[in-house]
Amino acid sequence: MPKLKLPAPPVPPGLRPAPKRPGAPKQSPLDQAADAGAHAVDWIDERTSLSGGLRWMMFRKVPKGTNWFYTLGSATLFAFVSQAVTGVFLAMYYRPDAAGGAYESIRHVNDDVFLGEFVHGMHKWGSSVMVILIFLHMARTFFFGAYKYPRELNWVIGVALLILTMAMAFTGYLLPFDQRSYWATVVGVNINGTGPLVGPYLSDFLRGGAEFGATTLSRFYAIHMMLIPGIIGALIGAHLYLVAKLGTTAPPWLKAQESDELVEERA
Amino acid sequence: MPKKQAKSKYTADRNIPGAFEGETVTRRRFMTGSAHLTGAIAASAFLLPALGFALGPIFEQHEQRWQPVGPPDEFPNDTYVPKVITISDGIGETGKTTVYIRKRNPALDTDKLPKGFEAEQFVAISTRCMHLGCPVRYTDAAQRFICPCHGGVYDFQGKVSGGPPVRPLDRFYNRVRNGQLEIGPRFSVNSELERFSPRDPGEPLDGIGQYLYPSRPSIRKLDSLPTN
Repeated sequence: MPKLKLPAPPVPPGLRPAPKRPGAPKQSPLDQAADAGAHAVDWIDERTSLSGGLRWMMFRKVPKGTNWFYTLGSATLFAFVSQAVTGVFLAMYYRPDAAGGAYESIRHVNDDVFLGEFVHGMHKWGSSVMVILIFLHMARTFFFGAYKYPRELNWVIGVALLILTMAMAFTGYLLPFDQRSYWATVVGVNINGTGPLVGPYLSDFLRGGAEFGATTLSRFYAIHMMLIPGIIGALIGAHLYLVAKLGTTAPPWLKAQESDELVEERA
Repeated sequence: MPKKQAKSKYTADRNIPGAFEGETVTRRRFMTGSAHLTGAIAASAFLLPALGFALGPIFEQHEQRWQPVGPPDEFPNDTYVPKVITISDGIGETGKTTVYIRKRNPALDTDKLPKGFEAEQFVAISTRCMHLGCPVRYTDAAQRFICPCHGGVYDFQGKVSGGPPVRPLDRFYNRVRNGQLEIGPRFSVNSELERFSPRDPGEPLDGIGQYLYPSRPSIRKLDSLPTN
């Protein structure tokens, strides 16, 4: 097997294979199963060299003082994944038909489909959870000073993700197509329109014409379920890559550790 | 150290194998450029039409038509009669809107009708609030249009009398044909009731407003009342 050259933090002791103690039985069925698993993983790794990258990503060193606030980014990612999964399943029942089909399909999901109201509810409340988490994550980054050199680009990507998340929340709000979503979208599109010079054209683009029409809903649906999720996924990949590459910051209340020589000198 | 001599632009002078007389672009460079160009052409072949497809509605004229709403005698000049018209096809109830209609009242409607529209005898007011587009309702007791969303209030003529709206309520062109009052396309007005092409809510038309929020190709104003 080729030895991987990627510089990577060592595998934690628990995951390192330990040699057998003398006198232990040679091969139990459990050992054979473990061997089979190792062989399968080996087979893939020999052809992809994935293990180095995985180790680089997962067994990173983190600074002293890392605490629960550092989990807000992962929490946001989890919220996004849950939105993506529930969204895909909602799309199996949803019909973007402004003449009444959209409302009817959501009513069908809520009233008739097994667990429909639950999955729809997760998607609906999960969107608010994701917006709240992304703001908390942003606040953590800001107050811990984690946006500073060399992590500015990651802050910029994060802001783009925040804007895209808001765009998701805006486009998704129309889809149930009840009175609340319709009028909220009318108001939202008109707020877009108040931007000077480009505003009127922007709202024409969003509506797909001068009036709220048959294409408005399908436009919002396509933006909500295809255009933005793809961009968000790609940007999350870049965001995570930079987190792994640059490492996380220590909390600001932690002083830098003095070097051993300096401590010796003082003594 | 001797100054580095500037390279000749001819490939033959640079000792590139297989160079032709007078050739300035190496074949490697040419092939790289051709590959990039081919890729760019192939990508724009689907990107440009897709973009035009998405942006097209900005430049397409919105269909505007005339819809009969009832005999002219039905509409007094001291209060409004609500009528429902269709502004967007194929989406059922969602594409309909209410219009408040009354006869012009010479004592009240002192604004001069523009050239080409002298025959207009009615005032047809849109229910679209000029704050952010919620539907206003005419309240007879107060003789005012009131918006339920953010508290916009308009007087009997549709001019702003309170709240956040930035201009008076939009109106519709109207004409009488075959014994029926017909409601035509929408137009916007500024605080002097001067007519402009339809603007979206939240876009003021007084002063610099009409230039900050330009008229859109998708919906223009009429030059005169159509006669046919």
